Amino acid sequence: MSSPAPARPALEDVAVGTELPPQTFTVRRADLVRYAGASGDFNLIHWNERVARSVGLPDVIAHGMFTMALAVRVVTDWAGDPGRVVEYGVRFTRPVPVPDDEVGATVEVSGVVAAVLEDGRVRVDLTATSQGQ
Amino acid sequence: MPVDPSFAGRTYPPTEPYDVGREKIREFANALGDDNPAYHDRDAARALGHPDVIAPPTFPVLLTFGATRRLVEDPELGIDYSRVVHGEQRFAHARPVRAGDSLTVTVSLETVRSAGGHDMLTSRSDIATVEGEHVATAWSMIVVRGDAS
Repeated sequence: MSSPAPARPALEDVAVGTELPPQTFTVRRADLVRYAGASGDFNLIHWNERVARSVGLPDVIAHGMFTMALAVRVVTDWAGDPGRVVEYGVRFTRPVPVPDDEVGATVEVSGVVAAVLEDGRVRVDLTATSQGQ
Repeated sequence: MPVDPSFAGRTYPPTEPYDVGREKIREFANALGDDNPAYHDRDAARALGHPDVIAPPTFPVLLTFGATRRLVEDPELGIDYSRVVHGEQRFAHARPVRAGDSLTVTVSLETVRSAGGHDMLTSRSDIATVEGEHVATAWSMIVVRGDAS
């Protein structure tokens, strides 16, 4: 998705309702293992199916922080310089189960400009869904 | 047993400095499948006005992950970790975290509230360089499920 010289959206081209290019991410077990190693979050429910089921989960689930990191790509790719993200918050509503197969789980992320502030900051509302939820 | 709301405001001592390395940033970005040049290439980051490669917006979780743990392991709070769910997460960046930073985190328990038999605890992690420059603040809300569910 990224290019050597990412284009920055001009502020005058941004208005409430402007849609950011949506993205779809595939999450497989191997991705969770890699994220666990990189982030230091080795909670067993993110890679051990036996433990995940023993605490009442349907399957191994993705780290919420992993989904959070993927979702902001819609904004960082759009903004060009990811350092322009000054604030980012999420509410975790449902876990993302990741089956032990080649297909994995799919996370679809869309973003829409919700506010353009006087100081040039732009608020984007992101929605991440998996299996329609 | 519900968490006593009077614990709100309690602050924990600053963490030992965490040295942010270029390769760690690249490893984290690779784990996200993100090849944004600002995370990988120092020259590309400099062209954007950053002194070195910068970290993705959620990278500070590496430092603040311990925040939740501090609360959970505080014997006076008496939290059962098997009942903990991550409810909300927020970052506010004064500037991006970048390679070469040496960062400490000061954690405090900002709010404690109960609803529907569950406890909701919000921790605040203030991230600063060892030189005293404020870099970012992270808020993490955890839900401790009550006995009934």
